[in-house]
This record gives sequence, C-alpha cells and structure tokens, in this order.
Amino acid sequence: MKTLIPFFAVVILVLLALAGVNMGNQQFLFGVIIPYAAVTVFIAGIIYRVVKWGRSPVPFSIPTTCGQQKSLPWIKQNKLENPSTTLWVMARMALEVFFFRSLFRNIKTELREGPKLTYGSDKWLWMAGLAFHWSFLIILIRHFRFFAQGVPLPIHIIESLDSFLQIGIPLLYITDALLLGAVTFLFARRVYLPSVRYISLPADYFPLFLIFGIAVSGVLMRYFVRVDIVSVKQLTMGLVSFTPVIPKGISSIFYVHLFLISVLFAYFPFSKLVHMAGVFMSPTRNMPNDSREVRHINPWNYPVHIHTYDEYENDFRDKMKAAGIPVEKE
Amino acid sequence: MYNAGKILIGLAIFFGLATFPFFYNMGKAVAKPDPKLDTPEIMKLAKQDRKCVEPKEFMRAEHMQLLNNWRDSVVRDNVRVYVNSEGKKFDMSLQNTCMRCHSNKKKFCDECHNYMAVKPYCWDCHIAPKEKES
Ligand code: HEC
Ligand code: HEC
Ligand code: HEC
Repeated sequence: MKTLIPFFAVVILVLLALAGVNMGNQQFLFGVIIPYAAVTVFIAGIIYRVVKWGRSPVPFSIPTTCGQQKSLPWIKQNKLENPSTTLWVMARMALEVFFFRSLFRNIKTELREGPKLTYGSDKWLWMAGLAFHWSFLIILIRHFRFFAQGVPLPIHIIESLDSFLQIGIPLLYITDALLLGAVTFLFARRVYLPSVRYISLPADYFPLFLIFGIAVSGVLMRYFVRVDIVSVKQLTMGLVSFTPVIPKGISSIFYVHLFLISVLFAYFPFSKLVHMAGVFMSPTRNMPNDSREVRHINPWNYPVHIHTYDEYENDFRDKMKAAGIPVEKE
Repeated sequence: MYNAGKILIGLAIFFGLATFPFFYNMGKAVAKPDPKLDTPEIMKLAKQDRKCVEPKEFMRAEHMQLLNNWRDSVVRDNVRVYVNSEGKKFDMSLQNTCMRCHSNKKKFCDECHNYMAVKPYCWDCHIAPKEKES
C-alpha cells in the first residue's frame, strides 16, 4: 500500500494531463495557468518555510561535531569537523551540500557468524544520491536553453560535455541515463532492504515516482516520440516573457511532462524535498562550535528577576549584624 | 526572525536564481524562427510538388531521427535508397538530397537550430552548401 498509493497518484496525474489536453482541450490550463501557479507556490512556499524556520528559537548551541574542538593552543583543532568560525562552518556546509559528506560516512552494520558484529563502509547510497542530485542539477541547468533567447556560453559548455559520447541523434545526454538509473536504484533500495522499507512512507515514494515520471516523459520526448520542439520553445518563451502563447500541434506528452513538473514545484515546499532549503537552516550544521568563547543565550529564557547577594545583604544587614553574622559591607 | 541578515541574504539568492529566466529575457524581443523555403531547387518544382521527403509535420519533429536512420542505413547496410510514405524514392544523402533542396542552410537549418541553441556536429565532416555571407 505504501508504494501503490503514491504510484497510482502519479499515474492519475499523468492521466489527468492526458485527458485534460486530449479530451478537454485544456492546453491553456496545463500549459500556462498551472505552471505559473506552481512557480508562484514554489517561491512563496520556500520563503514561507525558511522564514518559519528562522523564527524558531534555537535553545542550545548544538552543532554536530566529529573532531577535536578548539581548545588550548597546543592541541590541534580539526577545523573542518569542528568549526569554530563562520568561515569554516561555510566550508563544512559547502562540502555537505555539494558532496554529501555526512552520507559518505554511512556505515553498514552486520551480524556475521560467530555471532560477530561488523561495521563496513557503505557507499552505495552516497554514490546514488550524488549521481541523482548532480544529474538533476545539470538537467535543470540544461533546460535553461528553453527559457532564453541567446543561450549563454556556460550552458553550451555543460550541454556539450553532457553529450560528448555522441551516441545517436539527438545526442544522448549522460545525465539522462544517470538520473533514471539513480532514481531506480533509490527506489529499489527502499523496497529491497527490509529495514529501509519499514521506515519508508508514501511521502518517500511519491517524489521518486514523480521524478521518475518526469524523467521518463522527458526521455521519451527527446529520443523516442518526438515533439515539435520549436513550438515547445515558443510556449516556454511565452511563459518567461509573460506573453503566453499556445502554439498548435504540441503533442500531449509534453503537457504531461510540464504538468508533472508543475506538481513537483508546487509540492516541493511542503514535502521532504524542501531539505534543499532546510540543509542551510539546520542548527546542527550552521552553528559554529564556539560555546566556550561566546555565551549562547537561549531565546526562550524568561527574564527572571535575580535577587543578588548584595541586595539580600542590603535588605537584612541590620538583622544579620544583630545576630552576629559577618557581612561584606559594613 | 533570528539571524535575519543571513537568512535574508540566502532568500535573496534563492529568489534571484528562481526568477532568473524571467529577468534574463526582460526587454528582449521574442522572435520565432522562420525557415526560408525559397531556394532555386524548391522554386523549380511545381506548386503541388513542393514537398519534403516526408510530410512537413513529420519533418519538423523527426528530421534528426530520419537523418540518423539514413546514416545508419548507408554506412552500415549500404542501402542508399529511401522510399517515403508516398512511395517516392530518394537517395539517402545529407549533402546531395537534403541540402540540394535546402541549399540555404543559414536561412533554413540554422534558423531553427540557433533558436533552439543546438549545433549539429554533422558539419565537422559533411560539407555545407556554399552560400553568400549575409
Ligand atoms: C523547423 C525548424 C528546423 C529546421 C528547418 C531544421 N531543424 Fe534540425 N532540428 C530542429 C530541432 C528543434 C532539433 C532538436 C533540438 C533539440 O533536441 O533540442 C533539431 C535537431 C537536428 C539534428 C540533431 C542535432 C543534435 O545534436 O541533437 C540534426 C542533425 C538536424 N537537426 C539537422 C537538420 C538539417 C540538416 C536541417 C536543414 C536541412 C535542419 N535540421 C532543419 C529544428 C529544425
Ligand atoms: C525535394 C526537395 C526537398 C528535399 C530533398 C528535402 N526537403 Fe525538406 N522541405 C522541402 C519543402 C518544399 C518543404 C516545405 C514543405 C511544406 O511546406 O509542406 C520542406 C520542409 C522541411 C522541414 C520543415 C520546415 C518547416 O518550416 O517546418 C524540415 C525540417 C526539412 N524540410 C528538413 C529536410 C531534411 C532534413 C531533408 C533531408 C533528409 C530534407 N528536408 C529534404 C523540400 C525538400
Ligand atoms: C566524423 C565525420 C562525420 C560526422 C561528424 C558526420 N558524418 Fe555523416 N558521414 C560521414 C562519412 C565518412 C560518411 C560516408 C559517406 C558515404 O559513404 O557516402 C557519412 C555518411 C552519412 C550519410 C549517408 C551518405 C550521404 O551522402 O550523406 C548521412 C545521411 C549522414 N552521414 C548524416 C550525418 C549526420 C546527420 C551527421 C550529424 C549528426 C553526420 N552525418 C555526422 C562522416 C561523418
């Protein structure tokens, strides 16, 4: 059930777009209104989530550390694993964002014969995750070609590197194959490993199916059932220049592709996918470990009225003297 | 909001990236490609014969696939004759068939390809028809 419900949700989305375009002639709805709405929801949603996180107090200084803290001058600090300055926090964050360093440390625990508990490095998830995210990013950047008149040079470079194997016409993009492979692997992993399957929810499967659907419809359009790409670009250029047009004769698979992407964009800020913004907002990763230098004030702290000893003595000095208790100020 | 300065910088970067395509195209005229079909070879044909190898809609979407099939068929199987959907025969050749009719590569093929920002690498080896610089 946990896999079937999201699977059929994506199938229904596909059918919805097909029916809307083929039977209902809703090209304008699927080609213009929904994409605009989705982008608006995406941008507003991300800002909303980030502001909400930003307003949540962080009661304690809780950076995760896995190296020697800054200490006495003759003890060598591990600046990357236990950063005490903003610069090193940023360095650690950059490695995390670009190379998933914490996932790199993933280990597998196994009970072998004996019984013996063994730990081994497990890089598969890291590798598939890296392949998936980088492919996705490159594909996203490549699509800029549909949204710009006069495509800037870096996009050309990325594109020619991505297709340098020169297989077939149109040239095969390496990232297309990588993305499909990685999504399949990530899905298979969830289903195959009992421990991962147990903790997987429909909200974990849905984005996988959705992205799979997006990738498959894109690959179909590029390599198998061709669409009139010039008309497609007219549509996308209309969108980005706020002069929407619906050229005739774009086949419905393009609208399926666009609709699934719109769903992804709209769903993004309210799902686990928002870790794109969340990673920067995690206190365990974005705080420097400088608790010995800077006092972390808990924003929750209630402004307690403190009755100091001086005040106490002032209140009771006479009585203390009378009872023979020593006082600090005569 | 705590750390408002840093968060606002981050949000500004996000907003800039997410809306970049809109800003990038601001004030640029959106010209749609207009491939010219007025080459001497095509003008020589009678009006009702002014047709491509296959129907226009098919050519628009599938000409790269067609070329790929032609190439494979010639280079791998030594089959050089293409019979189209109407039973008409064509010599499978990029330079001698396509470019004989579409001898205006710059005003035809490139018109679309520049718009789409694709650069077919065929012309690394195949010779493009001679054209006056325009
Ligand atoms: C109606 C516009 C149009 C015309 C005219 C046109 N093309 Fe294309 N061509 C395209 C589009 C669109 C693509 C696919 C671009 C993409 O994949 O984004 C393409 C792709 C190609 C490709 C595959 C390139 C690659 O790297 O993927 C080849 C080869 C090609 N065209 C050859 C030609 C030749 C030769 C001519 C002239 C006889 C021509 N085309 C005329 C629109 C056109
Ligand atoms: C007999 C001459 C002739 C040959 C050979 C020929 N074409 Fe065409 N082509 C035409 C004509 C005429 C049209 C316009 C068809 C129409 O308007 O219905 C056309 C249209 C096209 C279009 C669509 C342009 C548009 O505006 O949408 C493309 C793409 C194209 N040809 C590519 C090719 C390619 C690639 C080849 C080689 C495989 C080729 N043509 C061979 C005459 C030819
Ligand atoms: C590395 C050089 C090279 C490149 C790049 C190249 N070709 Fe060719 N092509 C050849 C050679 C060599 C032949 C064989 C010529 C023959 O046997 O007539 C050929 C033959 C062909 C043929 C059949 C014969 C003919 O006269 O045209 C077609 C069609 C063709 N190529 C299309 C393409 C297309 C489309 C592209 C771009 C996507 C391309 N080629 C890129 C070298 C190249």
